[in-house]
Amino acid sequence: MSAAKLLHPGLNIGSADPEAHRQAGPVMFGFWVFLMSDLVLFALLLATYSAMTRHGTAGGPTPADITDLKSAAIETALLLTSSFTFGMASLALKYREDTGRLFAWLAVTALLGLGFLGLEAMDFAKLAGEGAVPQRSGFLSAHFTLLGMHFLHVAAGLAWMAVVAVQLAMWGLCRAVRLRIMRLALFWHMLDIVWIALFSFVFLAGAGS
Amino acid sequence: MSTNNPRDMQRELRSYVIGFVSAILLTAAAFGTIGLRLVPSGWVLLVLGGLALAQMVVHFRYFLHIDLKKSHRDDLQLILFTGVILLLMVGGTIWISISQHARM
Amino acid sequence: MSHLDWTDLLFGQLRLSDFPPKGNMIATFAAMLVVVAALLTAGLITWYGKWRALWSEWLTSLDHKKIGIMYIVIAFVMLSRAVIEAALIRTQQAFAVNAAGVVGADHFGQLFTTHGSVMIFFMAMPFLSGVINYVLPLQIGARDLVFPFMNAVGLWLTAAGAALLMASLVIGEFSTGGWSGYPPFTELAYSPGEGVDYWIWAVTLSSLGSTLTGINFAVTIYKKRAPGMDLFRMPLFCWTALCTAILMIFAMPPLTVATGLLALDRYAGFHFFTNALGGDMMNYANLFWLFGHPEVYILILPAFGIWSEVISTFSGKRLYGYSSLVFATMAIAVLSFTVWLHHFFTMGQGANVNAAFGIATMTIGIPTGVKVYDWLLTMYRGRIRLAAPMLFAITFLLCFVIGGLTGIILANPSVDFAVHNSLFLVAHFHNMLIPGTLFGMIAAYMFWFPKAFGYRLDERWGVIAWGLWSAGFLLAFMPLYALGLMGAMRRTAQFFEPAYQAWLYAAWAGAGLIFCGLAALFIQLWASIRKRAMLAVPLGDPWDGHSLEWWGPAPPPEWNFPVIPKVKETEAFMRMKREGTAYEEPDSYEDIEMPRNTAIPVVIGAAGFVAAFALTWHIWWAALAGVLAMWGGVIWRSFETAPNEIIPAQEVSERWNAFLAAARKAQGIGRRDETTAANRGLAEHQT
Repeated sequence: MSAAKLLHPGLNIGSADPEAHRQAGPVMFGFWVFLMSDLVLFALLLATYSAMTRHGTAGGPTPADITDLKSAAIETALLLTSSFTFGMASLALKYREDTGRLFAWLAVTALLGLGFLGLEAMDFAKLAGEGAVPQRSGFLSAHFTLLGMHFLHVAAGLAWMAVVAVQLAMWGLCRAVRLRIMRLALFWHMLDIVWIALFSFVFLAGAGS
Repeated sequence: MSTNNPRDMQRELRSYVIGFVSAILLTAAAFGTIGLRLVPSGWVLLVLGGLALAQMVVHFRYFLHIDLKKSHRDDLQLILFTGVILLLMVGGTIWISISQHARM
Repeated sequence: MSHLDWTDLLFGQLRLSDFPPKGNMIATFAAMLVVVAALLTAGLITWYGKWRALWSEWLTSLDHKKIGIMYIVIAFVMLSRAVIEAALIRTQQAFAVNAAGVVGADHFGQLFTTHGSVMIFFMAMPFLSGVINYVLPLQIGARDLVFPFMNAVGLWLTAAGAALLMASLVIGEFSTGGWSGYPPFTELAYSPGEGVDYWIWAVTLSSLGSTLTGINFAVTIYKKRAPGMDLFRMPLFCWTALCTAILMIFAMPPLTVATGLLALDRYAGFHFFTNALGGDMMNYANLFWLFGHPEVYILILPAFGIWSEVISTFSGKRLYGYSSLVFATMAIAVLSFTVWLHHFFTMGQGANVNAAFGIATMTIGIPTGVKVYDWLLTMYRGRIRLAAPMLFAITFLLCFVIGGLTGIILANPSVDFAVHNSLFLVAHFHNMLIPGTLFGMIAAYMFWFPKAFGYRLDERWGVIAWGLWSAGFLLAFMPLYALGLMGAMRRTAQFFEPAYQAWLYAAWAGAGLIFCGLAALFIQLWASIRKRAMLAVPLGDPWDGHSLEWWGPAPPPEWNFPVIPKVKETEAFMRMKREGTAYEEPDSYEDIEMPRNTAIPVVIGAAGFVAAFALTWHIWWAALAGVLAMWGGVIWRSFETAPNEIIPAQEVSERWNAFLAAARKAQGIGRRDETTAANRGLAEHQT
């Protein structure tokens, strides 16, 4: 049982670096609060989407028409695995003295994230090619906006990873970089949690309707 | 700098692995219910919602380490409060939308 | 042909014709006023050689006290603009009964849109953010907010939004869609110009700032209270700040969604709220009011906190019913998320839905009532001093209850079907916002000004301002209740019912009194600056205050307290005074770490302004540059390795010992001498 109290969500540095652990409390809690507001944003986009599936198709493509379960399954696998690999990165952050493993796990996470984005971009392009563009109907507007918002968040997370990688290379594992990676971890896990709602209520519910 | 307790690391590693495997199973179950048409259409949303909720709890517990411990009270309270807000906002929106469109 | 393409690329839709002169004299005058005022301000700063000081001591500061003051400066500037707009609206309506009035319909549309948008997003929000920013850390015994950099970013994003509003007076036109911006009117088909886009981006900047500020306040209260200050030992103002912050955090996302989706419709041809192709414009109203209702509680809760402080201090009594006030505040915060539909009872949902929300709305009146009784009981058997802030409190107690009762009336869907969007509604919400929010902010300004600047405000002009504002409010808005019941609707440029005329004249006179009240506030400030030596209260406690912000000199040093106090009960400073420890030397002094100044928040704000302006006018390259610069600023900051500086213990001890020495030499005064020159900021206390 770890001697240090758990101060915040995500992996706590605890006894591995007591000063960082103490400072982390307010910073991590603040970021946690921000993520809650982000959850509200996604929830309302999902609610709008849900209403649109019933009343906004305007004679155009329906959810069943545009759902590609195979693609969704691969994307889900990629993102879920990337959450796990970020967990491994978090462990490397906490328990290892050298940054080699940390870099490696972050790189794997980034690759999985890029794969996810690439596949989604291909999905969007395919739909557009078929004429299922957001300008076609309210439903398609909602579909692209909801998934697009998640896409942008993942992209932002990857950009953040790049900045962190640069700072890791410049300064090594100093306190500020540690706290940054810990917040990125929260962000990354949160995006996977949002994806659970998306694959359930956009893709699976769409295919099953 | 670090009191490298290998037992702690094993414990936390186990947490991630359990979370990952549980999430895979729950995801497979969700895809399965739709792909194999295991559920009558009226129940689809409910089953998907239940599986999604379960997987979210898995993520919160095993990846984000939020549990019922006292030191986490603030964070758990925040999640629960957010949950209430989401319920009100999303539930309210859907209820209102259904009522409006029924009368259109 | 290629000349046209270059113009589009470089300047988007911006053309020379969008600059002054405008379509009519009033608009042209307003535009020139903005330009002249900006030039005059810049000129005066240059004349007095104050650019360096302004930059290094104010604009780049991360100090919560400076940021708080800058927020309030923005609020007063925008209040002046919006009061003038209100006066114009009243003038138009008074002279447009079966007549043309003084402005055209389109201009009138812009007037009521900017009046509402400015008052809510650029007057009330900055004002309350400024007051909480200044007072909160002092009251909980902290040195600053948890995230000082983010605090400054919030300020400068708000300033950027306000600047965008002012720019819209000079370049182009503003939206005519009201502060709520309902589609389909605000869709491209019916509002093809830049107006709605100005509105969307100004509101977006403001709401971004507010979200960040809300996070800051909440985390500060959770994590930075002095040792011994349990949540139930915080001053009531901090409780209301906490609930306000929670509302900010959860209410801003719906606004972002509503305006964001509208922007997608306008810019990218999406169909969220359009008439055709599956748009659902009712969802806009739903999303907007998911934000809008908690927003009005964001506006009122800080005022409730201020009233608790003002009433208890000027009654010379402990606040009555602390626990009930806390629970009432919490109840109001939670309930505020359950009532939003009452803003669109008439939109078409069924009676069951309306009834549920109507009942929830009536329920929310109960905790507010509890608060009113607690305040009255605080006054009961107190030794009441009718200083200007307390006079405003009296007006508040009398008038706010009337507004609350009309709220209960409106909460009944059947009644609301008759008076929705009439002047009855307008009267109701102004009845809440003026005696409630605005008077609360003015009272806060008068109450805490001595702490912030080291001298009191002129009392006589404070009372004059109170008289003008109170009489003005009553005269301007009570007639609107009658008018609403007679069928007069809101946002109406012309009326055709002669029975309205007398009431409209009365309301117009009321607006005139309010304008004079605003002038009185500025005269008060000017008179106080001139007499500041006589009004000086350097010892920091002019009102015999109850809570920690009154401990220490006025103005407070940058680091607030030499040592973080240990708190034993609510009304911590009163206890220190009674125990005799308020002016004792601390056991030891320590080095204090404080954040250094930085220009990055200003850059982020400026970039935000550029991005918002460019998006409004479809100048895509500039919009991209602005957004990249905003993100660049954040990333740049993350590379800052030395964000703080150390203030040596020696400096701290010198400053504090000077204060203690002055306090020991001074004579504490009783409340009878509170508004005389004998008040140096030291209260007499038996120990």
